[in-house]
Amino acid sequence: MITLIKRPTPSKGWSYATPVVAVLATMVAGGLLFAALGKNPVEAIRVIFWDPLFGANAAYFRSQLLVKAAPLILIASGLAVGFRAGIWNIGAEGQYIIGAICGAAVALSVYPAESAWLFPAMVIAGALGGLLWGMIPALLKTLFGTSEILVSLMLVYVAQNLLAYVAFGPLKNPQGYGFPGSRNLQQYPSAHNPELIAGTGAHWGVMAAIVAVIALYILMHRHIAGFRIRVAGEAPRAARFAGVVPARLVVFCLGLSGALAGLAGLFEVSGPSGQITDSFNAGYGFTAIIVAFLGRLHPLGILLAGLLMALTYIGGDMAQLILQLPAAAIQVFQGMLLFFLLGFDVLTNYRIRIGGARA
Amino acid sequence: MNRRSFLATTAIAALASAAGLPALAADPLKVGFIYVGPVGDMGWSYQHDLGRRAIEAEYGDKVVTTFMESVPEGPDAERALTQLALEGNTLIFATSFGYMDAVMNVAAKFPNVKFEHATGYKSADNVATYDAKFFQGRAIQGTIGGRMTKTNKIGYIGSFPIPEVIQGINAAYIHAKKVNPDVEMKVVWAYTWFDPAKEADAAAALIAEGVDVLLQHTDSTAPQAKAQEAGNVITFGQASDMSAFAPMPRVSSTIDNWAPYYIKRVGAMLDGSWKSEATWGGIDTGMVEIGEISSAVPEEVKAEALALKDKIAAGEYHPFTGPLNKQDGSAWLAEGVMAEDGELAGMNFFVEGITAELPK
Repeated sequence: MITLIKRPTPSKGWSYATPVVAVLATMVAGGLLFAALGKNPVEAIRVIFWDPLFGANAAYFRSQLLVKAAPLILIASGLAVGFRAGIWNIGAEGQYIIGAICGAAVALSVYPAESAWLFPAMVIAGALGGLLWGMIPALLKTLFGTSEILVSLMLVYVAQNLLAYVAFGPLKNPQGYGFPGSRNLQQYPSAHNPELIAGTGAHWGVMAAIVAVIALYILMHRHIAGFRIRVAGEAPRAARFAGVVPARLVVFCLGLSGALAGLAGLFEVSGPSGQITDSFNAGYGFTAIIVAFLGRLHPLGILLAGLLMALTYIGGDMAQLILQLPAAAIQVFQGMLLFFLLGFDVLTNYRIRIGGARA
Repeated sequence: MNRRSFLATTAIAALASAAGLPALAADPLKVGFIYVGPVGDMGWSYQHDLGRRAIEAEYGDKVVTTFMESVPEGPDAERALTQLALEGNTLIFATSFGYMDAVMNVAAKFPNVKFEHATGYKSADNVATYDAKFFQGRAIQGTIGGRMTKTNKIGYIGSFPIPEVIQGINAAYIHAKKVNPDVEMKVVWAYTWFDPAKEADAAAALIAEGVDVLLQHTDSTAPQAKAQEAGNVITFGQASDMSAFAPMPRVSSTIDNWAPYYIKRVGAMLDGSWKSEATWGGIDTGMVEIGEISSAVPEEVKAEALALKDKIAAGEYHPFTGPLNKQDGSAWLAEGVMAEDGELAGMNFFVEGITAELPK
């Protein structure tokens, strides 16, 4: 008989240990899965976690790690603030799309004019776009009490349809022979978000992700606003006594996470992706939710979790290529990570007692 | 290894390096593929994978193939292509339109690796493009559909309003109209290449509007299942044969057969004659295959459809032959004039008579 006993206060030790335990459990369960598919599990785990960092051509893959992790970290940093306050923005994917559309639209509307002001203007447009898309669930929640979870999630689908509309309509490349998709911003110098140092993968989005992590740390751990946010999440009644206005908090959290997601979209569309297409969004907004939780909603944790998540993507591709593992097995492997994380999280708040229930 | 064969191999190796050939010339040619979807057991990516397997069957130890499936278009594709190139693949097939810019970027970084991009329009010295004239298959489907419809309503599940799909809708309509002047074409845009739920909705909507011939430009069998439920609706397999739904509702199909092209291109790599080309193959090259016409189709209609197929294959007939007007009534092709490939490749209008609106 196994009984769960609630801890009086969440265990600090387990709160740090669960991500590590979850990663290890994922490796074991994933290894079993790969073995069941007839692959050598040790080799598969090595290909996923070791080869991209230290194997052949690692320099290229390390740079790709930054490219892949930057948007995840940027979005997750914003989400973490809201999650701490108990405000659930599930629609970062939509805010990411809108940020990319707004930023790209600014550039494409003045094409082919070259100006040093263009890229900063795109950055502002991208952040504003994401912010405004995040404001929709925020205002509906504060004015009508709707659930921000549902509204922000549903707005992802609206954003996707908008994306298809602009890719086939207003932003379509007029010289693209009628094919969908915008001009490629990589070939538009003023609008391009290039690698800042060749071969490192570091573009402006990577810089922004680092800044976001530091800013998140200062906000949450060194500033009164961060204290209010945490209190609001942990003890909403107490927060109200402490002078926290719930409506303002909702607007702040959704606005901030929306703006950061929008920025991530802008840096992606002007950099690695280069183009608005109907399939431009690659699920970063959803994966960032996993990153935020895997990182314990802590800035440093998010940084590490973002890199780890990126590693499973890049290593997963390697495993497909070298071991011919099916893509679906890699996706299952990534899903296991969240599953085990949530599972082991029980240990943060509960003790396990094996045996009879003695008061 | 005995001494004699040792000497022989050393001699060959010395000769090879003396002649300036790569020392690993005897190594198999590595050929890589990226697919936009999972391989699964039918559909677009599956057909490309059949082509890959055909290469292995044809060339045996002379080639090693690898593939990566479910590679999203955009930066992930660029990384996947780079990975394949770094792994030593010297011929890489990128099998989705959306990989175009990624292929161009990676090709610029690996001038010695040859790339083949399906359905795109950008090329370079080491980037060839290839595509199939699927509209030829649509002409045959339109003929069968026009003859068999009782409600005079043909439905078309469009994926995206891009030239390839627009060609298909126009070709189907022109040939349905030719055999049945009262025919009407209804189009629903699913905005997906593969999404069973959306495709089922689109099929249900079209069937509810009285459509009894259903054409799909999407990959799943969901529309086939909807048609089967309705009972009196006929369909055509797309990309794969979808013969599980034969003889009703699936009465025929257009099958993408990339194997002949892939075998030819790998052969060109092996004998060193590979060149960047733009290939647009049709029924004649085997790239577009017409699946068996089922027993649900009356004999005379089947004969008519097969005759059309033979005429297209022999190059005696082009599905886009004038007189044809554009939807707005303006003239497109004069009597007897055949559309040029370049013009079709950018097709962005419906022909006269189609009442559906093309999203802009």
